[in-house]
Amino acid sequence: MKSILRTGTALSIAVLFSGQVMAQEMLQALGAGEGQVSIVAWAGYIERGETDPAYDWVTSFEADTGCKVSVKTAATSDEMVALMNEGGFDLVTASGDASLRLIAGDRVQPINTALIPSWSTIDERLQNAPWHTVDGVHYGTPYVWGANVLMYNTEVFGDTPPTSWNVVFEEMTLPDGQSNKGRVQAYDGPIYVADAALYLMKHQPELGITDPYELNEDQYKAALDLLRVQRTLVGRYWHDAFIQMDDFTNEGVVASSSWPFQVNVLKAGGAPVASTFPEEGITGWADTTMLHVDSPNPNCAYMWMEHSLSPKVQGDVSAWFGTVPSVPAACTGNELLGDAGCATNGYENFDKIKFWRTPTAQCSTGECVPYYRWVSDYVGVIGGR
Amino acid sequence: MSTTDDAFTEQRHGALTALSDLFWRRPKLLVLLLLAPPLLWLGVIYVGALLALLLQSFYAIDEFTGLVDYDVLTLKTYRELFNPANLDIIIRTVLMATTVTLASAIIAFPIAYMAARYARGKWKAMFYLAVMLPLWSSYLVKIYAWKLILAKEGILNWLFAQLHLTGLLEAYLGLPVVGGGSLSISYTGTFLVFVYVWMPFMILPTQAALERVPVNLTDASSDLGATPWQTFRHVTFPLALPGIIAGSIFTFSLTLGDYIIPQIIGSSRLFIGQAVYAHQGTAGNIPLAAAFSVVPIVIMGLYLWMAQRKGAFDAL
Repeated sequence: MKSILRTGTALSIAVLFSGQVMAQEMLQALGAGEGQVSIVAWAGYIERGETDPAYDWVTSFEADTGCKVSVKTAATSDEMVALMNEGGFDLVTASGDASLRLIAGDRVQPINTALIPSWSTIDERLQNAPWHTVDGVHYGTPYVWGANVLMYNTEVFGDTPPTSWNVVFEEMTLPDGQSNKGRVQAYDGPIYVADAALYLMKHQPELGITDPYELNEDQYKAALDLLRVQRTLVGRYWHDAFIQMDDFTNEGVVASSSWPFQVNVLKAGGAPVASTFPEEGITGWADTTMLHVDSPNPNCAYMWMEHSLSPKVQGDVSAWFGTVPSVPAACTGNELLGDAGCATNGYENFDKIKFWRTPTAQCSTGECVPYYRWVSDYVGVIGGR
Repeated sequence: MSTTDDAFTEQRHGALTALSDLFWRRPKLLVLLLLAPPLLWLGVIYVGALLALLLQSFYAIDEFTGLVDYDVLTLKTYRELFNPANLDIIIRTVLMATTVTLASAIIAFPIAYMAARYARGKWKAMFYLAVMLPLWSSYLVKIYAWKLILAKEGILNWLFAQLHLTGLLEAYLGLPVVGGGSLSISYTGTFLVFVYVWMPFMILPTQAALERVPVNLTDASSDLGATPWQTFRHVTFPLALPGIIAGSIFTFSLTLGDYIIPQIIGSSRLFIGQAVYAHQGTAGNIPLAAAFSVVPIVIMGLYLWMAQRKGAFDAL
């Protein structure tokens, strides 16, 4: 057993290094479509009008290219990595905490941007983003991105939205005269430690935090201490978007980190909520459409990547999911998203966003606290330790 | 002479016939052959998976790289399991499972007694239907429904307000440990939902045990001058105990392993199931997840051993 595991590790390391050589092999010319393409995606990312007929960006693609699209939805980044390791798929919409793992594990192949005419229309801020570009080689096309905004109750905060995350980190009296104790929420995932680190970057500059995903022992300890204070204010942490919406409507929660998705749905239902980008900055996620290294249908896959960058698709996905398009042209003239959609979802705040990455032991500042410790310590913090 | 021989030793040919002869001569071989597939299934899929899990828990994650070190067998992960934060999780889960089991037993007994002794014909069918009905709807739907019932602006709070008892509820929620922001953000809420969801698993074995208590024994008890309480205490209850213990095995083990109810209802403090889920995910801390899943196995092993001594398995 042990020797098998050791061989496996050795093999995967060998694969890792040989990846550098293989990185050169990318598709040089597009051929005819293979008639099908399979995509691993987040739920709601690839809609064919089955949930709501207005939201359909698959049917037209199938009619134009003859490539039948099949979707396998995944709920977590780990599931995506596992499915791609298994193989048999063409594309994946990977978030920043999965994309680099896929590249390092040699599960995805470099993209020939010359074969994607719309590449030049992509937001310049995303064209060379570090979560899909390694050593100048592109491993996918940006899909959409989003932010973890501060959602708040407009009846409590009135006309002045909160300007700082301190409403969820420190005990204080809210504008309606009551304490925030028991009325705020935080995300129930260890990655939230980064939000605390981001807050400390501004409020305790002496700690010297430069990147919330790269924390040394002292910085990490300070972040945990902040989260322990937060524990005394939070009744329940949010994990599921729909449960959070319920907590805002039925449980008296008035402020929390959230996704534009919840804000949009609650607003549509007439709830008195709004979202804001606090001065400390925010965390967010950016997804990339990546091509499997052994993709059986590369031509159709390239066609999909091109299609996914069209302003119509970008705008429609963003309207559906509360994200921001990677193609700026999608921000104007999209019926579903509306002209204010991009601004609402955070288009102007790209520079304020620290995109999700998996914290690793080796980091640019030397040695950092790895993700598995974020997990065990966040568990402890929520448990009151 | 030769003709009679032929009559006795019938002509036998072919592989199948030979096989059948072999089985006739060695009956144990047939039994072994028939038992092999289920035994292999049990051995490989069940015990094999368990052993693989157990093995994983003896590895440890490397502090610096965050990768699992498969070269050394160590008890480091178990030491980590008993650090204060993780010990909290274990104690919390076991206490919850114990209180849920006790409460289920107390509530289930009168219902089961009623069904076993007084319900007849149509009413008996009604009883089974009423007990089983909650099991027919989705587990998740039930939990979400309970979240709405227990919410701060939910129906239960409304009821308390109508009865002018809000002060009482708030005083209760102000208590340490069992209290919280609202019923759905407290251990009390988690407890109520656990009791509701596992109740059928307690009622049915208790009822089965009560039906087997001979009526003439209770009659004899009252004839000899015992009060109803004494009859219950010395006759009915001891005879029904194996059934209650059988039910408690279900409620206890189900509470020990559940990770969905405490995630939706409660104060986000983790239970064992959630801890396993959290550690085996992106964290890649498989050894700690494995060590955590060994805890319920050990606890249930002890519990089953004690239950078996009490004769609980006769009532299953």
